[in-house]
Amino acid sequence: MITGIVIVVVIGLIAGLILSVASIVFAVPVDEKQEAVRACLPGANCGACGFSGCDGYAKALAEGSAEIGLCSPGGQDVAEECARILGKNPASVEKKVALVRCAGHNDNVSKKVEYEGVDTCQAVSMMYAGDSACAYGCLGYGDCAAACPEHAITICNGLATVNTDACIGCGICAKTCPKGVIAIVPASRSHHVLCVNRDKGADTRKVCKSGCIGCKKCEKTCPAGAITVTDNHASIDYEKCTNCGQCAQVCPVKAIC
Amino acid sequence: MSVTNLVSIFLAAILTNNYILSRFLGICPFLGVSKKLDTAVGMSAAVIFVMVIATAVTWPIQVFLLTPNDLDYLQTIVFILVIAALVQFVEIVLKKYMVGLYNALGVYLPLITTNCAVLGVTILNIDEGYVNGIEGFVTSLVNSFGSGLGFMLAMVLFAGVRGRIENSDIPKSLQGLPITLVSASLVACSFLGFQGLVDGLFK
Repeated sequence: MITGIVIVVVIGLIAGLILSVASIVFAVPVDEKQEAVRACLPGANCGACGFSGCDGYAKALAEGSAEIGLCSPGGQDVAEECARILGKNPASVEKKVALVRCAGHNDNVSKKVEYEGVDTCQAVSMMYAGDSACAYGCLGYGDCAAACPEHAITICNGLATVNTDACIGCGICAKTCPKGVIAIVPASRSHHVLCVNRDKGADTRKVCKSGCIGCKKCEKTCPAGAITVTDNHASIDYEKCTNCGQCAQVCPVKAIC
Repeated sequence: MSVTNLVSIFLAAILTNNYILSRFLGICPFLGVSKKLDTAVGMSAAVIFVMVIATAVTWPIQVFLLTPNDLDYLQTIVFILVIAALVQFVEIVLKKYMVGLYNALGVYLPLITTNCAVLGVTILNIDEGYVNGIEGFVTSLVNSFGSGLGFMLAMVLFAGVRGRIENSDIPKSLQGLPITLVSASLVACSFLGFQGLVDGLFK
C-alpha cells in the first residue's frame, strides 16, 4: 500500500520535474502582440469570428491576416483595445444578438400530432417537418437553449426566447436550429419580422395567428423602403431601417414587432 | 532469443495483429488524421516514436518496480502517467525543433497522450509475457516498433482510400463520417486475409 503510493508519487514528481525543465529549456518565444491580443479577447471560444477559438483569432490578428472587430461577444471595447495593441484604426463594431424569427408560441400555433419521442428539435423535425402545425417555425424543444454557451435562450410557452442582454451574438444557436428560425441581427434595430413561414397567406393564417400573411401593408408603409415581401413573407433590410416602427403599427397579424 | 521469433513477432504486429484494423485501438487518430497522406505519415511517425519510447520506459517500471512489489494493479495508472508526461515532452520538443510537423499534428498530438493504442502496446507487451530479462525487453521493443509500423500501414492505406472517397459521388445520407466508417470496416475485413500468414511463413 505505502510502496504503491510512494512509487506513483515519485514517478509523478520525476515526470513533472522533467516537463518543467523541458518547458524552460525548449521554450519557444511567442509573439508579444499575439499574447496581448489574446489577453484582451473575451475567451469564450465561440467561433463567431470564424477562427478556431480566441487563440486562433489572436494569432491571425497578430499576423495581420484578420480584420479587427470580428469578435461579436467582445464588441466595441475589444475592437478598440485590439486596434490599440496592433496600432491600427479601430473598426466600428455593431453589437449583434440572436433573434428567434417566430412568434408561434403555444397560444398561436397548434400541434398537428402528439409527439412522444427523443426530446430534441433535431429529432422532431425529421418526422414530417415537426409536430407543430407550422412547418417553418420554432419547435420549442430547446436545441438552441442547450447549445447556447451563455445560457441566454429559454423556452417560454413552446417558443425559444432570447435574453438579449446575455446574448453575445456568436450564432451557435442559428447553426443549431434545424428550422433555421434563428438569425443574428444588429441589436440596435428594434423591429423585426417574427415569422419565416413562406406559405400563402391563407395557409399561414390557418396554422398560426401571428404568421406573416404577405399582405404587403408594411412594404407600402415603410418610409425608408426597407421592407420587401417575397415568397409571401416580409423581410427587413436592416441597413435601411430607421427604427420608425410604422410597420409594426400597420401589421394586421402583429408579425412585426 | 531466436531471430526468427523476433521477425515473426514483428510481422504479426504489422499484419495479423494490426492495432487499428484487428485490435481496433487508436481509432480516433485513424479517422481524424487520415485525410491527407502527409499528415497521416507524420502522425504515424509520432505514434511509432511514442510507442517505442513508451515501451522503453514502461517496461523497466513494470519489471523492476511494479512486479517485485506486487503492485501489478497500479499498471494502468502508472503507465498512463508516464505516457502522458512522455507525450507532453515530445510535444515541447517538436514545438521547438519541428514546427511544421507540430502544426500539422495540431490537436492530435495531445490526443496521443491518452491514445489507447500506445497504452495498449505497453500493456499487451507485459500480458504477452515479454518480461524475462534482456530478451523480453528486446522483444517488447520489436513488438512496439512493429505495432507502430502497422499503425502507419493502416493510416497510409486508409489515406489512399479516403482520397478515392473524396472524388466519389456518395449518397447524401452517407456523406462524411458514415462512408468513412463503412470503408474503414471494409479495409479491416481485408486485413482478415492475413490471418495465419505469419504462422504459415515460419512453420
